[in-house]
Amino acid sequence: MTSPAAPATDPAPARGGGRVDVTPSRTAELLRQVRDEGRPALIAYLPTGFPTVDRSVEAVRTLVEHGADVVEIGIPYTDPVMDGTTVQRAVELALESGTRVRDAFRLVRAVSDAGAVPLVMTYWNPVLAYGVDAFARDLAEAGGAGLITPDLIPDEASEWIEASDRHGLDRVFLVAPSSTAERLQLTARASRGFVYAASTMGVTGERATVGDRAEELVARTRERGAELVCVGLGVSTGDQAAQVGRFADGVIVGSAFVRPLLADGPWSERLAALGAVVDDLAAGVRRAREGASA
Amino acid sequence: MPELSHVPGEPLHNPLLATQPGPYFGVFGGRYVPEALIAALDELDAEYRKAVEDPEFVDELKRLLRDYVGRPSPLTEAPRFAAEAGGEGSGVRVFLKREDLNHTGSHKINNVLGQALLVKRMGKTRVIAETGAGQHGVATATAAALMDLECTIYMGEEDTQRQALNVARMRLLGAEVVPVTLGTRTLKDAINEALRDWVTNVETTHYLLGTVTGPHPFPEMVREFHKVIGEEAREQILERTGALPDVVAACVGGGSNAMGIFNAFLDDPSVQLFGFEAGGEGIASGRHAARFSGGQPGVLHGARTYVLQDEDGQTRPSHSVSAGLDYPSVGPAHAWLHDLGRATYEPVTDDEAMDAFALLCRTEGIIPAIESAHALAGALRVGRAAADRGESPTILVNLSGRGDKDVATAARWFGLLGDDADDVNEGDQ
Repeated sequence: MTSPAAPATDPAPARGGGRVDVTPSRTAELLRQVRDEGRPALIAYLPTGFPTVDRSVEAVRTLVEHGADVVEIGIPYTDPVMDGTTVQRAVELALESGTRVRDAFRLVRAVSDAGAVPLVMTYWNPVLAYGVDAFARDLAEAGGAGLITPDLIPDEASEWIEASDRHGLDRVFLVAPSSTAERLQLTARASRGFVYAASTMGVTGERATVGDRAEELVARTRERGAELVCVGLGVSTGDQAAQVGRFADGVIVGSAFVRPLLADGPWSERLAALGAVVDDLAAGVRRAREGASA
Repeated sequence: MPELSHVPGEPLHNPLLATQPGPYFGVFGGRYVPEALIAALDELDAEYRKAVEDPEFVDELKRLLRDYVGRPSPLTEAPRFAAEAGGEGSGVRVFLKREDLNHTGSHKINNVLGQALLVKRMGKTRVIAETGAGQHGVATATAAALMDLECTIYMGEEDTQRQALNVARMRLLGAEVVPVTLGTRTLKDAINEALRDWVTNVETTHYLLGTVTGPHPFPEMVREFHKVIGEEAREQILERTGALPDVVAACVGGGSNAMGIFNAFLDDPSVQLFGFEAGGEGIASGRHAARFSGGQPGVLHGARTYVLQDEDGQTRPSHSVSAGLDYPSVGPAHAWLHDLGRATYEPVTDDEAMDAFALLCRTEGIIPAIESAHALAGALRVGRAAADRGESPTILVNLSGRGDKDVATAARWFGLLGDDADDVNEGDQ
């Protein structure tokens, strides 16, 4: 097996003249900073172009204003096999409104300007079609921190690993409750920024309870060498965020933010409803470790 | 193009094209799926490799193929049909590999029984599958009934309407049929839903994928379960004509029947291999499923292969009169054979396919599946071109399925329903 996590040795000078392989991970720095504050990070997902590109820019600003530390900017894709019905509906609307892949870079800038860390979440084919290196270059230029890739495993990612090293970008791979110890180690080594632990076997969506397997998976992933592990899938309330935040470095929430924007009613009301959901989740991560000995 | 100056009887390639293992076929293939599925794919791969070395598994599958499916399927010469290809006395011969005579009416059962036996070995209790025309769904529901497995079939809502008879058939067999109302409501979206189900229920459930695409080990494993088609046909045609065919023709949706018949001839350089894709209303119309004429390499449903997509990598909707070919992607080994130049892939339009459909009905008394009619139309094209050059090739066509399920579509197409035709047409739109 190749070692996708081998440190970059490409001697080509990076933009600005520094060595690319020593660029610190912006996402990891943020996660360590909030860990030192005694809390996990809130990582908030919304898709680009939902319901339109302009409005999605307003929506991600709302996420940051109400306390999201990292924004996971989705690229709409026709075949989102890891997404449940809520996100599917949103991305279908985004595609119908004519959203292009490059529109995601507008959201990246908006999030960066608003003071949060912008990550992009995308299925792999849109990146392949754009060109892996060109995508990495344009993402870095827009101020993006890296990529979350739900259908790209490290085994298939050699081109992306090279490009992300070259452009100093984070690469967030997923692990699942079904992952073997060997695969947890492979994924932990290949990831940069953090490892995304899927709380349950399934697709995105709101769930009444977050699986018990999340805590075990986070522990197993850390045992296999991951310093920073964030948990996603099924978290939709402040209480769930507080529960998950006891053991995770970040809590990833998506469908709960999409739902208020799918509602009927004036856009300003929908944005206000979104803000209220973010407030709840942001409060959740802030009380996650209350009472825990420092 | 393959090297033609080689010693007859010697393998063309070393290693042989026919035994190419996954996960990669040249630059194609791989496992572009969520990590959550990797453990199940590894388990499946390991179980499959153990099983094919286990005489008990091999014998059981052979027994089922003989006693339950009715293999070997016959090879039927079609002289009246061939006369339309080359003209009277041209010497063009057409042989049909009769997968339409298998139990459940298509080649799909070969792969389904192989995988269903693996499901039993893995101790799983539930199978799910996608289906387009309904042939794979019917085959899967059949095997599930035979082997006492719970069965859910995902089928695009548009396909449930154009293949209503097969929906009823699957339900009779005890399967749950779930119409998929997302996206383009066809095969592609049925696969998306099946993948979502699988990610959620992978511990108890096997995804009984019906074609030679998807993540490793499916492209290799499904080829191995279907290669019996070509192995039988090769033996049969050698016995009948004393020679290998000059041309092998098959339709290509995902590509399982084509891979099944091609595989035994991949390393015979004298045999030309033709895969016929759905040209729909023509490549220029944009309404087709011709991945090699109108697509580019990309990733869909777990494999790197040719995909109908726009410049942003969004999957473009496919179109075909045939639900089974209405799919925007194709098996990675076909992409590999295409780029190697070992097989030739050409589009066949809806019109050409339906003409060939009618021709086979009237010249040979065989109603083919509309999918298979694309292969027949392609064989006519190849035969006519050869006859024009003064050649008289022997053409082997994989008649992958029977046309019972397509009678309503054909009746509308040819206006055979009289005054009721308009009502039926509206129901189809």
